[in-house]
Amino acid sequence: MNDLTPDRDDRVAKLKGLGCSRKRVEDARFTQGKGNYVDDIKMPDMLHGDFVRSPYAHARVVSIDASAALALDGVVAVLTAKDLEPLGLHWMPTLAGDKQMVLADGKVLFQGQEVAYVVARNRYVAADAVELVEVEYEELEVLVDPFKALQSDVTLREDIAGETSGAHGERRHPNHIFLWEEGDKAATEQVIDSADVVAEEMIYYHRTHPCPLETCGCVASMDKVNGKLTLYGTFQAPHVVRTVASLLSGIEEHNIRVVSPDIGGGFGNKVGVYPGYVCSIVASIVTGKPVKWVEDRMDNLMATAFARDYWMKGRISATKDGKITALEAKVTADHGAFDACADPTKFPAGFFHICTGSYDIPVAYVGVDGVYTNKAPGGVAYRCSFRVTEAAYFIERMIEVLAIELGMDAAELRRINFIREDQFPYQSALGWEYDSGDYHTAWDKALAAVGYDGLRAEQAEQLAAFKRGETRKLMGIGLSFFTEIVGAGPVKNCDILGMGMFDSCEIRIHPTGSAIARLGTISQGQGHATTFAQILASEIGIPADSITIEEGDTDTAPYGLGTYGSRSTPVAGAATALAGRKIRAKAQMIAAYLLEVHDNDVEFDVDRFVVKGAPERFKTMAEIAYAAYHQAIPGVEPGLEAVSYYDPPNMTYPFGAYICVMDVDVDTGEAHIRQVYALDDCGTRINPMVIEGQVHGGLTEAYAIAMAQEMAYDDMGNCKTATLMDFFLPTTWETPHYTTDHTETPSPHHPIGAKGVGESPNVGGVPAFSNAVHDALRPFGLRQLHMPHDHWRIWKAANDLGLHD
Amino acid sequence: MSKKIQIALTVNGEAHDILAEPRELLIYVLRERLNITGPHVGCETSHCGACTVTLNGKSVKSCTMFATQADGAEITTIEGLGSPDSLHALQEAFREHHGLQCGFCTPGMITRAVRLLEENPNPTEEDVRFGMAGNLCRCTGYQNIVKSVLAAASDINTAKEAAQ
Repeated sequence: MNDLTPDRDDRVAKLKGLGCSRKRVEDARFTQGKGNYVDDIKMPDMLHGDFVRSPYAHARVVSIDASAALALDGVVAVLTAKDLEPLGLHWMPTLAGDKQMVLADGKVLFQGQEVAYVVARNRYVAADAVELVEVEYEELEVLVDPFKALQSDVTLREDIAGETSGAHGERRHPNHIFLWEEGDKAATEQVIDSADVVAEEMIYYHRTHPCPLETCGCVASMDKVNGKLTLYGTFQAPHVVRTVASLLSGIEEHNIRVVSPDIGGGFGNKVGVYPGYVCSIVASIVTGKPVKWVEDRMDNLMATAFARDYWMKGRISATKDGKITALEAKVTADHGAFDACADPTKFPAGFFHICTGSYDIPVAYVGVDGVYTNKAPGGVAYRCSFRVTEAAYFIERMIEVLAIELGMDAAELRRINFIREDQFPYQSALGWEYDSGDYHTAWDKALAAVGYDGLRAEQAEQLAAFKRGETRKLMGIGLSFFTEIVGAGPVKNCDILGMGMFDSCEIRIHPTGSAIARLGTISQGQGHATTFAQILASEIGIPADSITIEEGDTDTAPYGLGTYGSRSTPVAGAATALAGRKIRAKAQMIAAYLLEVHDNDVEFDVDRFVVKGAPERFKTMAEIAYAAYHQAIPGVEPGLEAVSYYDPPNMTYPFGAYICVMDVDVDTGEAHIRQVYALDDCGTRINPMVIEGQVHGGLTEAYAIAMAQEMAYDDMGNCKTATLMDFFLPTTWETPHYTTDHTETPSPHHPIGAKGVGESPNVGGVPAFSNAVHDALRPFGLRQLHMPHDHWRIWKAANDLGLHD
Repeated sequence: MSKKIQIALTVNGEAHDILAEPRELLIYVLRERLNITGPHVGCETSHCGACTVTLNGKSVKSCTMFATQADGAEITTIEGLGSPDSLHALQEAFREHHGLQCGFCTPGMITRAVRLLEENPNPTEEDVRFGMAGNLCRCTGYQNIVKSVLAAASDINTAKEAAQ
């Protein structure tokens, strides 16, 4: 074969490998309406499922009468807990070691809880039948406040009322789930109690919801002839769903095929196992027909996994000149009716103990109390690694409060406390080993880019003008420097339901020199089909355009733990690189044979193996692939395939510096965003275009969360934000414009040095927006204002500060 | 259930006679009776715009319109905008400028953008941000969507000038 691109740069460019802004291969089908999402799946004789849901947040279920529903033409079945009980499926295990009702078993614990499952000919008849199921309830006292829940005589979870310990240790009250602690409590208290300066604050990170544009859903199809169950669904972790489905149903795992088709955004909402999946599987087994269940938007917001809801009481101490000496966090975590948090098993508060952030803090303590309330279960990582957004918000608010206490500029306070470059790998007081970082460089670059000193001068002028009565707007500069912890994770520490959190990649090179690679992850918009092919192209010298990436079908993909917590690139991306290196190792032997030299006398160069010192003698990867299938090579098996299961030695620690500048109108409560600058360091950059897109998207979610988005409940436990009228999703109109920037500090332990980026902007963005609001009102004494900072709350804060007098 | 009604729709140039219940929403007739699955259901309350189609020359959210109200209408969905060999300028621009990620909002987004540029062939960024505000995206933060629409406007105008 002739090499048509002799120039080395051309050969590199042709690969479209690491570091180039390759256009996405997914886009052809999405821009032409040819995506295949779960609700697009249509099967012969397919039935539709829908839920009867509880209108009450806490009530006893006295009776369920489904006779009128069953009499309706087109209704096939109505399932209740009584029907599931003989199968042992009326309750299911949660990822957090708790259990959750699949259908109401005697009582309901949150508004929107699944009470009965109707199966009908089509979605309209199913909805009619839902209206015809008569449920008699007896209302019980509702607990929506986690602090009151811990004092109350009302026991929410009667099923475990007498149990004084749960999956994560002692329970000190019937509504208490666990106390999880990390760090040195006594030493921390001692340092803080005798410190020069102490700042103390209660910081609430409100309850919100990932709200992907596509809701959750599935199609279950039991083939009774072959004994095979196929489950299509919006699963961020299809392999785990297969294992759980097997354990729950008793169907052997090889007889279950789980397929995640195209997924319309996940953001953590599609990690868990929901009653809809269980009921659809049962319904398909009972009826022998495929059963589709797709949530509507209200179902999604009311019942499937929420995020955050952390009350974080913090104390931070420092010397007079601003050197931080200790940090303490005591958290009350509202987990709702069931503990269905999606965290690695040993971490009931996720990785919240990354809350020492980017700072060298000698001693720290974290204690998290999990509490049951009459709210929806969940507690998922909404576009973040497990509880890392809460941790980042906490420390970035505590730093601001400490800066007030010290009378020091918050940018400078950060700078003097950053972990220095020479301290990496850095052992944090709460047990983490940060892999790499250069915080000072990133911070200086960010401050210079926005013209920080100039902004402070302008802010002072505007404040003076405000005081003179010339303007009603105050300028706020929101600073945020975050360190994420992603890529769970080492199998020795991290598992989901006992499954170690490795990930995988299997590669097959075709005889004509193209390839397919299958991974244990699943894209929900991140562009894996584009970027993983780039990793591979650089590793094996086959153009990315000639590599198909396939994910999400458990019959064909190697086992993996899925996509969440920014783990795809750190874990599956590493597996991809290492599987590629196995391919290359075998290709080297084949090349040496073809070139009639020793294995060690050839070396890899872009897309070929060349004889050392004789670059004119080479075999391209295409030639090697052909030979692997067409030629008997002594001592080498035919074919060219490899598989890698990667257990990362550590997490990765992406970081970044975000700055938001806004004007707050004290009379209307509006916040006009002037500028958002985001510098990310995600290690090696695979595709800058995709990275920038991820940052834009994450910043927009952060903007929404900080400024207006919340899941709100009234005292009766009624969910007040169950439609997109009430639950804020920003449009083009409100969404600010972003400026992105980067530094590049590779991870020393990742095969290609990549750290992951998808969630950084949500983690770092929320404190940037929130701190800007605080900063605007700080001259008038504001220390802490709970999010979201909607117009009403900002107006109220201004009013409370006397700015309307 | 109520008696079905005969309705006639022309979708992407193809005529269909359909028997539908009066309560059936246009989006479900398109998706489930005609297997046109480009437009999606995101909210069923008109907020998200994933179901946007062009109906008699206007952008319409097909999740909050009864199919019977569309009797006799000409409808264009994402499937009718271009072909694999000849993509619409907006389909090209969204790919070129990374105006999509998960793809769920994209059919509605592009369909709306096509109408926007027909209504206003020379929009400013502000015009685009205002004119696209009825379509929600959870992935992109809109910046590259706006960029895509502005780039497509320029491409379309350039092509028009070249043709004259």
